[in-house]
Amino acid sequence: MSVDWLIPALLTIVTAATPLVFAAVGEVVVEKAGVLNLGVEGMMIIGAIAAFATAVSTGNEFLAIIAGAGAGMLIALIFGVLTVYLQSNQVATGLALTIFGLGLSALIGHSYVGKTFDGLAKLNIPGLSDIPVIGPVLFGHDALVYLSVVSVAIVAWVLTRTRMGLLIRAVGENHDAAHSIGYSVTLVRLGAILFGGAMAGVGGAYLSVAYTPLWVENMTAGRGWIALALVVFASWKPWRAFFGAYLFGGITIIQLYAQGMGVEVSAQFLSMLPYIATILVLVIISRDSARARLDAPACLGKNFHASG
Amino acid sequence: MADTPRLELIGITKAYPGVIANNNVSLKIMPGEIHALLGENGAGKSTLVKFIYGVQKADAGRVLWEGQEVQIASPNAARKLGVGMVFQHFSLFDAMTVEENIALGISPELTKGDLSGRIREVSLQYGLPLDPSRYVHTLSVGERQRIEVVRCLLQDPRLLIMDEPTSVLTPQEVDELFKTLRRLSEEGVSILYISHKLEEIKSLCHTATIMRMGEVVAECTPENETARSMAEMMMGADLVSPERTGRKVDGAIKLELRDLNVVSTHQHGTDLKDINLTVRAGEVLGVAGIAGNGQRELMEVLTGEVSCENPTAVLVDGIAAGRMDPNERRAAGVGLVPEERLGHGAVPDMSLWENAFLSAATRMNLTKNGFIQVAASTEFAEKVVEEFRVKTPGVTHFATSLSGGNLQKFIVGREIMQGPGVIVVLQPTWGVDAGSAAAIRQALINMAAEGAAVLAVSQDLEELFEISDRIAVICEGRMSEARLAENVTVEEIGLLMAGIGLEGEPAHAG
Repeated sequence: MSVDWLIPALLTIVTAATPLVFAAVGEVVVEKAGVLNLGVEGMMIIGAIAAFATAVSTGNEFLAIIAGAGAGMLIALIFGVLTVYLQSNQVATGLALTIFGLGLSALIGHSYVGKTFDGLAKLNIPGLSDIPVIGPVLFGHDALVYLSVVSVAIVAWVLTRTRMGLLIRAVGENHDAAHSIGYSVTLVRLGAILFGGAMAGVGGAYLSVAYTPLWVENMTAGRGWIALALVVFASWKPWRAFFGAYLFGGITIIQLYAQGMGVEVSAQFLSMLPYIATILVLVIISRDSARARLDAPACLGKNFHASG
Repeated sequence: MADTPRLELIGITKAYPGVIANNNVSLKIMPGEIHALLGENGAGKSTLVKFIYGVQKADAGRVLWEGQEVQIASPNAARKLGVGMVFQHFSLFDAMTVEENIALGISPELTKGDLSGRIREVSLQYGLPLDPSRYVHTLSVGERQRIEVVRCLLQDPRLLIMDEPTSVLTPQEVDELFKTLRRLSEEGVSILYISHKLEEIKSLCHTATIMRMGEVVAECTPENETARSMAEMMMGADLVSPERTGRKVDGAIKLELRDLNVVSTHQHGTDLKDINLTVRAGEVLGVAGIAGNGQRELMEVLTGEVSCENPTAVLVDGIAAGRMDPNERRAAGVGLVPEERLGHGAVPDMSLWENAFLSAATRMNLTKNGFIQVAASTEFAEKVVEEFRVKTPGVTHFATSLSGGNLQKFIVGREIMQGPGVIVVLQPTWGVDAGSAAAIRQALINMAAEGAAVLAVSQDLEELFEISDRIAVICEGRMSEARLAENVTVEEIGLLMAGIGLEGEPAHAG
């Protein structure tokens, strides 16, 4: 069998994984602070349309990414105000956020259907990207791919090595204790939610600006949910979420190629593969329930109200 | 200068909707003084302390720190002044290390450099051994408290506030803590010591301020008082000790645990190992132990919330009950009083009669063709209220509207009025005012006298010695042999609680 398909396959795996990396790592921070934001899908799709609209009207991809991040944050702010200040139920509010995001993006995106632009340029680092096989796979991407790796590294470092990270984990672990020591649980949570919103927004922007530079209604296609699953899958560790995203991206792309090469398995089954893999891994991880509970932030999903 | 109080509070007032938590409270603490703050639950001690530590703001009043008027706006501001606090419910993070926990609780400048080295140094200096790299969930309660104390000491406090520090410690651990506190006091650190354990206050504190209903009602020198006189100042009424007539430990076996092994279903829980126990008609069997040594798991097995693999591991009147659910057990004549009043013993947002129905429906026949017999349920609840002197405007009021002591009286009463042959009670008087506690203890003793078997699990040794005919100790999920209460001393029980001297168990260090 020829390996001509290998390099393009590896390249597409990277592009399939990158939006998941952004969204999942953002959600890791949110959940570490004890907030379960199920609105990732909604924040991604709003990021996607905001970025696409900006790209089409200004032609500036940099601005487009900023717009995506900003729009994601704005939506997250709604969630933050509702859950952190007004004590609304996190699960219900998150679900509502997703539905709201999908609807709003369809409305805004209506006039952008069919429009297109060049898409985010590959950086093609001179010299390095000319190395056979490794060159294009490692060094032939757009800036956001590198940014995603850098952001994982930064988040991992902040969470484990800095006082800010310690504080985020403390708030997620025991918000009453953090409050009685004298930290502002609400501010830490709101900050984490906004960061998560920005990251989901960039993830969405990647879809509409780099992955497929066009607008299609509901183009996130459940990636926000996959990102949420990846957070659990990664037991709330940024690097594991990164590898999880690549694993999922990998299976998604390989099954596409398998379909293309006419493997004797029905296409429907192959399309299911990434989801089956996710479920399998989640089951395997949840097997040791004691371990799973230790990893999970103890106050995840619980609202904090300073009282007494 | 020596006459300037370290901290002086003048006329502190704080009102919550519907209650005045602190009314015109004034207090003076001298340098190096160990000052007791005494009062029943709800007397306003915690509110006052939260105010000193900057967690809450007062409505009115002034604070003088070493003679200077100050505003304590936040815990950070309090720490800057030199106020350290050890919370009753530890403000610790289970999934983090000792060092991370300490870093979170001190000012950022102090976390720079070799923090773990300084933790080791301070902890050795004051006899509070701690390993900075251990995870909190692997530590005993006593060790957890050391984290809080070391956290305060690292900041060179001038005033240390301790909120009920000994309620979770063994008698030996209490002695160790007192040594540390006396040493700090000699070094000039003032200590505000909150407790309602009067014997401790007599032995430790130089002065005491007594609060009742949000006001300071007395100041005294604990050395010159008796525990009884201080208790009466707290209550504002005479204290009635439970009375008992004779002990009976040879009745028929009502409840038996046989080689009971249970794997805990809780995070950081304790597994039960080879527990054997018999409770006979007419006796109160007390189970002592430090919280977190398997009491919760034991209670779950006894109530039927967790069922045993072996049905004969729990026997009620000789019948295998290991796999019965709570209602089947109630039908078999077991009364159950869990630890948590709100949310476990009672549904907070349901009325008293509904709460009575939930537990008594089976035994008192409160349903007919699947319908609730409202009149009969109400009547039953009213009988409980009357018999146990529960203070409430009526049985249609929510469980949450009752004070802790009143609700506990209602829950215990609800179980007793069903006339069970066996009653199992966990922490019967935890967080209950002295008057209600005495009433509940008396009710348990009376039940035994009428021929029921009573199993009481408690952390309060004084209580267990007061009510029990025999006492056993649970430690790390193992149960010691039950011994006659009159033949065993507090010290012996304390050693067993610390895991020293349990058969087949090596001595537990620290």
